[in-house]
Amino acid sequence: MSEEGTKGKPYEMIVEAGKVREFARAAKSKNPAYFTPPEEHPVSPVTFLASSAFWSTPESSPNFGAAPPNMERILHGEQEFTFPNGPPKAGTVLTATTSIGKQYEKEGKRGGSMKFSELITEFRDADGNLVAESKSTTIETGKATTE
Amino acid sequence: MSTGTATKTPAVGDEREPFTDKPLTITDFVRYQGASGDMNPIHHDSEFAAKAGYPTPFAVGMLQASVLGTYVTDWLGPENIRRFKVQFREQAWPGDVLTYTGKVTDVRTEGTETLVDLELACTRQTGGVHLKGWATFAV
Repeated sequence: MSEEGTKGKPYEMIVEAGKVREFARAAKSKNPAYFTPPEEHPVSPVTFLASSAFWSTPESSPNFGAAPPNMERILHGEQEFTFPNGPPKAGTVLTATTSIGKQYEKEGKRGGSMKFSELITEFRDADGNLVAESKSTTIETGKATTE
Repeated sequence: MSTGTATKTPAVGDEREPFTDKPLTITDFVRYQGASGDMNPIHHDSEFAAKAGYPTPFAVGMLQASVLGTYVTDWLGPENIRRFKVQFREQAWPGDVLTYTGKVTDVRTEGTETLVDLELACTRQTGGVHLKGWATFAV
């Protein structure tokens, strides 16, 4: 496991109108705010930055080069997005940098020992202003949890 | 542009009308996974899920988090949200009927902005909590 504060390589992410529509549809939203013409720069849904997966590269992960986690045992524990001025709009070009946040272990009631790991991604605009921050907490469990 | 439906500043205790969705389908999961780029097979591949010890594929938490997000931003405005956090609790499964709720817990002033804090939830038909959520809006 990599150390707290380790940073991945920054990557570019463009907020695209078509992707905003696709994401809003997947989120079952009919809010017209997400479906305005591209020239009106529709706002992105609050969880849209999850689609940064299409822009990041292996090198942009701060865990790059470390042993891959056991995907059968990884659960998403918490997810947080903060936006100093609201979610980014279509047309915005972001530079994203992911770093490792806190890492800790707890004994779980059902899944054996649980390893918690925070990944923090900062999204900045062309002027370097913070547009959004994503904090994702994943849990690696000792065994499958069904409840 | 404001597409939120709230017409006045919300007050502590205000609740949004709950939204009960159609039963979850694996197609919902696949559509969200395609949109988000998270193709973890545990959410759509029965053999993979069985091998990992699960009876069937289970829901992608971020899908329901996204529905919860648009549920609350439809109320207070997609451009007004400043913070959104979810905690994933019980897993949700294909066929689950989920209900989304939101309640104002605080209205406060920070600088020149009025901030509204909410508690959110996504609850299964069993009463089990799938997601707990928190949101802050500038109104």
